[in-house]
Amino acid sequence: MLGSIKSNKFQYESQKLAMNYFRVAIVLFGAQLLMGLIAATQFLYPSFLFEVYDFSVARMVHINALVVWMLYAMIGSVYLLLPDETGIEAVGIKLGKLAFWVLTAAVTVVVLVYIFIQVGPGSEATIWLINEGREYIEAPRWADIGIVVVVLIFYYNVFATYMKGEKTGIMTVLVADLFALAGLYLCGMFFTSNISMDQYWWWWVIHLWVEATWEVFVGSLAAYGLIKILGAKREIVEMWLWIEVLMLFGSGILGLGHHYFWIGTPEYWWEIGALFSALEPVPLVAMFVHVLYDWGKEQGHAEAGQAGHAVKNSPAMAWIAINAFGNFLGAGIWGFFHTLPQVNIYTHGTQFTAAHGHLAFFGAYATILIGMMYLGVQRAYAIERMRMTFKTKMAIALLITGILGMTVSLTIAGYEQVLVERADLGGGWDAYFIAQNLPWMLQAMGWRLVMGLVMFTGFIFLVADLFTIGKAKEHAEQESVGAAAA
Amino acid sequence: MSEKKVSVWTSITFWRRSAAWVTGTAVVLLMWLTFNTIGQISMGTDEDLQNGVKKRIPAPTVINYKIDYAYDEKRGHEVPVIGEKELFFGKEWSADEAAELLRHGKLTQQAKNCMNCHTLLGNGAYYAPDLTKAWLDPKWNDGTMTGITGKDTVEEAMAEFLMHPSQFPTHARMMPNLGITKEEAIALVAFLKHMSAIDTNGFPRNFSQSAKRLEGGTHAW
Ligand code: HEM
Ligand code: HEM
Ligand SMILES: [Fe+2]
Repeated sequence: MLGSIKSNKFQYESQKLAMNYFRVAIVLFGAQLLMGLIAATQFLYPSFLFEVYDFSVARMVHINALVVWMLYAMIGSVYLLLPDETGIEAVGIKLGKLAFWVLTAAVTVVVLVYIFIQVGPGSEATIWLINEGREYIEAPRWADIGIVVVVLIFYYNVFATYMKGEKTGIMTVLVADLFALAGLYLCGMFFTSNISMDQYWWWWVIHLWVEATWEVFVGSLAAYGLIKILGAKREIVEMWLWIEVLMLFGSGILGLGHHYFWIGTPEYWWEIGALFSALEPVPLVAMFVHVLYDWGKEQGHAEAGQAGHAVKNSPAMAWIAINAFGNFLGAGIWGFFHTLPQVNIYTHGTQFTAAHGHLAFFGAYATILIGMMYLGVQRAYAIERMRMTFKTKMAIALLITGILGMTVSLTIAGYEQVLVERADLGGGWDAYFIAQNLPWMLQAMGWRLVMGLVMFTGFIFLVADLFTIGKAKEHAEQESVGAAAA
Repeated sequence: MSEKKVSVWTSITFWRRSAAWVTGTAVVLLMWLTFNTIGQISMGTDEDLQNGVKKRIPAPTVINYKIDYAYDEKRGHEVPVIGEKELFFGKEWSADEAAELLRHGKLTQQAKNCMNCHTLLGNGAYYAPDLTKAWLDPKWNDGTMTGITGKDTVEEAMAEFLMHPSQFPTHARMMPNLGITKEEAIALVAFLKHMSAIDTNGFPRNFSQSAKRLEGGTHAW
């Protein structure tokens, strides 16, 4: 990808900026995996880096790097598609570039403080300067405010460009969705002594991001991708997109209730949370069907020899298809497993949650964002039809084997924990450690680490591929061959 | 879509409007539920405690009372039971003192990043035991931890442990030293005691059973 600075064939500054966001995203993705490996090792060898770089620190950086790399890749994706959709350059591109550097500098400082200072005294100063101690949104308050400013600049760029340029359905959805996404962040920016109130609003950020606004965002990216890669018909794609928005928001917003079963909130959330979150998998099935349907249809056109229908970027298309399935599996199936209160009372806060968290974040978000990076590289090199290389395939195979293996391991660990610690022993300190020390748990933790290493190897192939695929010979070779895609 | 096709099912306008209406309705419902919930999860007052008025989240002065977690026939699960008064760190705390203590405890909980190893109310990380009802855990109340730390009361034992966790290991997986001071430790124990009095709709389930089971050997061994 860095190579693309030289052979940069972008027409728009906005798309160059997109590549900058992608570059930082991939670095943070790597950091995320390394931190995960440290934390996974500590499960097996608790003395590893004890009181030097504790589990809590490794885990905090792991999940923060996750959230931040995804936000970077999301912003990058928007800058990539913005000129295509609106037909014009981003209006405030200078400001946009400045915001990128400010944000990146702030992220660097935050991470260095996490790593080297780690914790502070129990005072307001710590949550303003070191970390806020709230899962996923640990960033200290000064950084929160910085993030808000940068996001406002980004949003201004999107909104003003939308108003000036062409107003496609995809852009309309994005403009509305990004507004909600950015606004929700504010819910995580206050202190209260009341832990129930704290968690009530904390879930507004976390749940309403990943199960509402981010999902709609992914729907928009997939729509854009299908049009760009397959030449799918815009009218049909955009109609699907609106249906997806309807179903995602219709189920996801009140589905929030599945986090309000046990945090001090009233019992009526049992029914509301169960009903609406049980509907959440429905749009995910629809999205899966939509992608496969369009893919199959365009493939058919291509095989029938109709020009202009061949897959124009097979790595990106592969990742979008994997996204459609991964979203359905990780969020839809694994989410539904533990979403009813009758089940959740036992699974709440066990390795089962971790199994779902991993498969859902990877399946629903990492995949499509990787796909967008491939679309970016294609544009950087002005490649007519981009083909998979050996590295593309290795990255796909290893990352998927790794994440599935890890999910299965954690699911087994979760079952064991649910049955022994929760159902049999009823929770508590001893119950917890008895379950943690059983052979099934230890084996599962071992396999999780192995599968993490497999994932990391896949990541190396991915980075190598993104760096080199622009110059690979595969693209020219198959120019005349039909659409033997993917 | 061409002009001739008039089926609403393929009309973008129809789906766009429907999406807007459904989203709007969901948002309005969520706002309404939020107002109701906020009312129910605001902290009670010291008067509520004195008058035996049950609140889902009791006042900070709940630290001046004995707390239990017992099965409730009507609700079909365990609920916190607030009992008679008891001293906390050797004294009774006024409403202001207790509120300040709880605030300090919550700040310390965040500053020391407890949630990236433990779960609180079931949310957080899975490397260490859930802290929702830690105050009531048999481990602290059956003499184990008071014995190890050489303290007489649960609160003193907890504070001692929090200040020097890796000196009192119970398993190979230890809690690291987080530089917690004496004041911070007292505040944290208050935070934990307060949390154990929150009505969590019966989570964790059967919590009070684990002690009895463990004494007679467990099914897991
Ligand atoms: C792409 C979408 C999704 C992502 C990225 C995602 C991610 C996560 C993560 C990371 C957690 C753990 C939060 C924590 O650390 O405490 C979680 C919890 C949960 N998720 Fe999802 N999720 C998604 C969709 C869904 C869906 C569609 C459902 C239901 C059908 C669902 C049901 C749940 C439930 C019930 C919990 C609470 C688990 C517990 O009680 O410990 N999720 N999700
Ligand atoms: C090398 C691969 C990875 C390893 C070894 C790894 C390891 C871990 C570990 C040890 C934890 C802490 C779990 C706990 O608290 O018990 C964790 C949490 C988490 N990881 Fe990973 N991870 C890896 C990759 C990923 C990827 C690719 C994603 C998403 C795209 C991800 C998302 C998460 C999330 C969302 C959590 C919080 C889960 C929760 O609270 O339920 N991880 N990971
Ligand atoms: Fe959720």
